[in-house]
Amino acid sequence: MTAQHPPARRYRPPAPLGGRRGSRRGLGRRNLRAFAFLAPALVVLGLFVVWPMISALRLSFTDASGFGREEWVGLENYVTVFTDPDILNAVLNTVQYTLLFTPTAVLAALGLALLLNNPHLPFRSFFRTALFVPFVISFAVAAFAWSYLIDPQVGLLNYWLGGLGIRMGNVLQDPTLAMPAVAFVAVWKLFGFYFVIFLAGLQDIPASLYEAARVDGAGPWSRLRHVTLPLLSNTMAFVLIFAMIAALQAFDQIYVMTGGGPYGNTQTMVMEIYESGFRKLEVGFASALSYVLLIATLLLSIVQFLFFGRKEKDLS
Amino acid sequence: MSAVAASRRGKRAIKPSTVLVTIAVVAVSAVVLLPIAIIVLTAFKPVAEVNAFPPSLFPSEWTLDNLKRVTSDLPFLRLTVNSFVFAGGVTAFALVFDSLAAYALARMDFTGRRVLLIAIIATLMIPFQATLIPLYQLVADLGWVNSYAGLIAPRAADAFGIFFLRQFFLALPRDVDAAARIDGASEFRVFRSIVLPNAVPALLTLGLFTFVNNWNDLLWPLVFTTKAEMGTITSGLTLLTGPSGIVPHGVMMAGSLIAILPLVIAFLFIQRRFIENIATTGLK
Repeated sequence: MTAQHPPARRYRPPAPLGGRRGSRRGLGRRNLRAFAFLAPALVVLGLFVVWPMISALRLSFTDASGFGREEWVGLENYVTVFTDPDILNAVLNTVQYTLLFTPTAVLAALGLALLLNNPHLPFRSFFRTALFVPFVISFAVAAFAWSYLIDPQVGLLNYWLGGLGIRMGNVLQDPTLAMPAVAFVAVWKLFGFYFVIFLAGLQDIPASLYEAARVDGAGPWSRLRHVTLPLLSNTMAFVLIFAMIAALQAFDQIYVMTGGGPYGNTQTMVMEIYESGFRKLEVGFASALSYVLLIATLLLSIVQFLFFGRKEKDLS
Repeated sequence: MSAVAASRRGKRAIKPSTVLVTIAVVAVSAVVLLPIAIIVLTAFKPVAEVNAFPPSLFPSEWTLDNLKRVTSDLPFLRLTVNSFVFAGGVTAFALVFDSLAAYALARMDFTGRRVLLIAIIATLMIPFQATLIPLYQLVADLGWVNSYAGLIAPRAADAFGIFFLRQFFLALPRDVDAAARIDGASEFRVFRSIVLPNAVPALLTLGLFTFVNNWNDLLWPLVFTTKAEMGTITSGLTLLTGPSGIVPHGVMMAGSLIAILPLVIAFLFIQRRFIENIATTGLK
């Protein structure tokens, strides 16, 4: 086929990533053309993602406060993050929130994906849609609705659970229950996303493996343990890290439901960044806290990337 | 398993385990849909009933009072317009810029492609919350606080969209664009007339995903707008609660209903494809 066309017009597949030797002029033209396609996105990413990231790093070593001249203070802000009891509290709360949210959301998603994968279940696509709907609803609206449902005076859920003998009291003012409550709202909002990822993973498992297991006399429990779960481990790792990254960024529903209270018990890192950066204007300090968040996210992403990078054939 | 099971389905009686699974799924779905039911039903409840004890799920009579009050308590029409301009603007720009960049990364041959791709994937790992402060200073220096430009421009392209579309473009067959190039079509022509029309499912999914995320975002409009009339529905509704402690639940639910309605409708229209495409993000 190649021989039928003049070389100048021949389609050139993208070069192997190591580059390809070609005529200098042709390469220059190709680079220019590619750059024209890339320029708008690169300008936006460079100006609004990369530059602020560099800028935040610089600010994190200063005492910038929105007014006056900023002084270089070295690592002082970072020391504060890990020694000031209030800030340490926000960091630990974020960890606690992550530990509450991640397993609950991932197990709920996995359990429901396993149930929905049953081919005898009627109305499967209806249930799949119903379980996914919360994902398109905002954290803020989810927070309004759940706050109303668990309102100690007029909350319907509180009333129903009271009828069953479960008295929750004023959940959002309760120092031990407030954090589980805001984590639960996040589970409600996000598990549907993890659920459809698991469902797709389950559908990729070849039916022949189950048949083979069945022939070997494996019961449903044994098939789950020895076929489904091992083959789902990649999906599981991906969802787990995704969920942890989402948990580190907790803000919206907490801002609406508790404002960080009671007694700072639901104050998270992003809540603290928002308050110190935009309310108290402690810009330098808030930038240091931002970098702690950034590095935590980055570490999780790198673990994820190393894990999946091996499978990314077209990157290597 | 499913093929074998399906072929047997008609012949076999319903298994008791299937009944149990069905009951469990119905119960979980009911709990999951409860907040949505409470939003819809409370929005139309008479005010006295919203705060009555014992509470009830269904309104005894349907009224528009809450919906009328939310439009008088907040500049609601303005907030709705803002939400559409902000989420729609970000979506429109991001789709254009992301698809252009993704096309170059997937289908063009240029120096430094690999490095650039890795750099773009690296920015994917940066949470926007972590760069918010310098970003705000930059937007303020540009004089864009309380403007649509300030809300939209920083999100006019994003690494996730570029990566997502690149993966999709890589998978499209190449023979048609090879033929078009032979006929003398320019690179842009190939992009616009061949690759984009074939990428409509991916563009729809990414478009809805971007629209939903921005429409729903709370921190972003909280930071970049300080005037109530420049906020979005999502940020505007939070003004109703406030620290007074008294929450007008009926009005909140009416506002919430308006906030979720466009998204739920759009989602139901393309839900099947959306769920399937979203399910494979990052994995493929």
